[in-house]
Amino acid sequence: MSRPGFVLEVDDRTPPLVVHEGEGFRMERFPLGTRVVYPPESLPGIRDVRGAVRNALEHPEGSEPLRELLFAGMRLTIAFDDVSLTLPPMRKPDLRQIIIEEVLRLAAAAGVDDVQIIAANALHRRMTEDEIRDIVGERVFRSFYPTGDLYNHDAEDADNLLHVGVTEHGEDVEINRRAAESDLLVYANINLVAMDGGHKSVPIGLASYKSLKHHHNSHTMVHSRSFMDHTRSAMHHSAWRMGRVLREHLKIFTVETTVNNDVFDGPLGFFNKREWEWSVRDQAAMLAARRGLAVAPSGLTHNIYASWRAPYGLTGVHAGETEAVHTKTVAAVHKQQLVEVQGQSDVLVLGVPYVCPYNVNSIVNPILAACMGLGYYFKSYVGAPVVRRGGAVILYHPVPWEFNQLHHPSYVDFFEEVLTVSTDPAVVEAKFETQYATDPWYIHQYRTSHAYHGVHPFYMWYWIAHALDHVDDVIWVGANRKSVERMGFRAASSLRDALEMASSTVGRDPSITYLRNPPHLLADVKA
Amino acid sequence: MLALQMYQSPAKYAAGRALTAASSVLRTTMPGLRIGPMVPLRLVQLDEPRIDRPGWARVRPRLSGICGSDLGMLTGSTSLYFSSLVSLPAVPGHEIVGDLLDDCEDLPAGTRVVMDSVLACEARGVDLCANCAAGRTNLCDRITVGHLPPALQTGFCTGTGGGWGQVMSVHRSQLHAVPDELDDERAVLVEPLACAVRLAERAQVPDGGTVLVSGAGAVGLFAVLALRELTRAGRIMVVAKHSRQRELAKAFGATDLINPDETMRAVRRATGAHRVSGLTLRAGPGAISTQVYQEPDMLLGGVDVAVDCVGSAASLDLAMRCTRAGGRVVLSGMPGPGVDLSPAWFRELELAGTYASSGEAFPTALRLAAAAPLDGLVSGRYPLQRWREALDHAHSVGSLGGVKVCFDARPARGRRYP
Repeated sequence: MSRPGFVLEVDDRTPPLVVHEGEGFRMERFPLGTRVVYPPESLPGIRDVRGAVRNALEHPEGSEPLRELLFAGMRLTIAFDDVSLTLPPMRKPDLRQIIIEEVLRLAAAAGVDDVQIIAANALHRRMTEDEIRDIVGERVFRSFYPTGDLYNHDAEDADNLLHVGVTEHGEDVEINRRAAESDLLVYANINLVAMDGGHKSVPIGLASYKSLKHHHNSHTMVHSRSFMDHTRSAMHHSAWRMGRVLREHLKIFTVETTVNNDVFDGPLGFFNKREWEWSVRDQAAMLAARRGLAVAPSGLTHNIYASWRAPYGLTGVHAGETEAVHTKTVAAVHKQQLVEVQGQSDVLVLGVPYVCPYNVNSIVNPILAACMGLGYYFKSYVGAPVVRRGGAVILYHPVPWEFNQLHHPSYVDFFEEVLTVSTDPAVVEAKFETQYATDPWYIHQYRTSHAYHGVHPFYMWYWIAHALDHVDDVIWVGANRKSVERMGFRAASSLRDALEMASSTVGRDPSITYLRNPPHLLADVKA
Repeated sequence: MLALQMYQSPAKYAAGRALTAASSVLRTTMPGLRIGPMVPLRLVQLDEPRIDRPGWARVRPRLSGICGSDLGMLTGSTSLYFSSLVSLPAVPGHEIVGDLLDDCEDLPAGTRVVMDSVLACEARGVDLCANCAAGRTNLCDRITVGHLPPALQTGFCTGTGGGWGQVMSVHRSQLHAVPDELDDERAVLVEPLACAVRLAERAQVPDGGTVLVSGAGAVGLFAVLALRELTRAGRIMVVAKHSRQRELAKAFGATDLINPDETMRAVRRATGAHRVSGLTLRAGPGAISTQVYQEPDMLLGGVDVAVDCVGSAASLDLAMRCTRAGGRVVLSGMPGPGVDLSPAWFRELELAGTYASSGEAFPTALRLAAAAPLDGLVSGRYPLQRWREALDHAHSVGSLGGVKVCFDARPARGRRYP
């Protein structure tokens, strides 16, 4: 029986607590009275995953069974979440592989010949062959990839996009032509956090820039409170409107899965446990990891983390009509991740780990570090932000001044050019977004190499717009001073220094809350 | 008279060259080595240089600038190409403002003058070569003949003396009177400004063309000024390392200021070029890890004109890689050895040298010197006795927030030093 989430108040007996900081972690002593929010313990995973998927396809929500939607001569398209999920990547077999295999089994039985499988990567980078194989499995890959029937979506391929219509708010709905013209589109999702899934899958994952810019902009992002609650997220409202337009033109059969909180096990299993409950073995593992990471060359450290595969267990799989499915999916995510937190605090402390949706097989550059901390973790709430308006956020990450030129060419330019002019999301949007979004070299890199689209760093910056709007102070502990200053933040060498620096904003005796994730948690803040 | 004399010392030259070839860390962390005992320069008492031929007169320098080419000669970083074009021992110094001590044709004694340093046919007393006849005295083909020893210009010639001495000999063809309203600190900048005027001519910038100026020392800054004032360049992008250089480049007309390690990315953004990268995607053994290796990149597209004002192999290499096909690369800094010329071949680049000045460049430079925001550019004035400090200062002038360091060789009375 897994225990629910838990809010610890630091007292004299509280040991140092794990704080993730990039490709490393530290054991931090927090001031007395600090609230530490722990995620619920892992729910038990479903043992017969394939059986659960088959059952979901056979007994869908608000839809006929998939079997009845398949017929000979039809055009069937299967889309799936790209490499940005899960975090960290999950151990094989990937849930998407199982879903795709089961859909293909039913399609074969129904005599469906025209099948294409598309990675719904939107403006994310194209996945490599190995990455696609990793997700869909060897069998599907060998059957479809060589014939060109398994591929990455291309949001800049005008010939293969279809403008389906506009929403009642005048938003363009333009998605992958093959998907839009199919008799049936099956979407295979992994819903790691509450933000994922629903109408965010097809209208965003298979969209063009023209369509995406309606909800991926600074205004919408500021008014998404938070992404983790689609009923209060302007971005999701837009995606939902688009999804309903799509629904009129296209039959979509959504398959959503949820996973438990088994992010770490084995030598890193101590990360998943509460510090005062560590066994001698856990403590030894912690010490070994800490010492080992401290002396290991950075390349080795990176490889250790990058090669980690999470032992996620399936907690639920639902299929059928998108909104009906998503309601159940969100409930399952909440069951695993929701923790009730009473009231906001003056200071929010976050450890930014090595993972980020956009640095898989790559490095966390400063913009991604900011996005992970001030975008995803800051917004890990429903109800109200964990920190009060006008409060301070203290983050842990080294924020090295380094970029992967292969994956993030426009990020480097964004950092060097845009952020030297302004860090205000609305200003950078007005002044630079079009230039970056239409830059032919970025488009070329996106379409032919493995680069994120030129506009992507803007989206990351908009992602943090809500946090920038909400708090008055952002301080990074242990960060490269130049990197964080370029982003308009400040650097501190320790938590004490950071609190001292924040005292001008929140006073000398602030209330502090530390969100102890990963594993994933969602703070249900009762303001 | 008191003068600084550069003399022949193969041992010191070899040592300086060896240090130049050594790591940049050694060069930058131990500048004293370059400016100290390895420098073939000495403070000596000499007879005043006198050339008893028509058109020659003596000049007493007020201020004499320390040029990058002077430092290059003294530290052994100059190409051996020039070894037959100098005569040693010589008193360096070719950026001067001084007073005529003798009447010189139409210029009476006491006239304040600046000097075009090239020792061309007229000064050498030989028939005009084709270039001099056409007014291109900087390209004179007779710089090794005539009554003077071989030397490309004053400051590298045994017979004429130079600005780093208390008196020097100058030919009327080299002299330009300085208007009263131009103070000495502006006047001493006229010679490098004239070089920049020549540079602007050689750059042949198309209307609205984009120009990259690599380097923001005196040469680079004056290049920006001349390009902005004398051409119809559109965007002028300047690679500047130090904050003062960035301020001045902006004041002189630069539109974009670039950190040295961001040059190619900035040019790519500004010109909409495609960058061809040496990136390699590699799958690691047993995992899908991606490793990235970076090799020298190049742009397909780029600026219309790149001006290299540094003169190192690396800066010229970068300039060529950032220039569009058919574009022009101007060599303003004295070039170093070991440059990969593949981009010049592959992209059909025009490589254009620009050396010294001729024709109307000096009158134009005098106008620029009067009008441009040049106040405070002379950031150090030293007596000859403090030559090591002066050279040390000149060697690091950019990082110290300055542009030009000068000698003031006049007797101590009435001088001002830092």
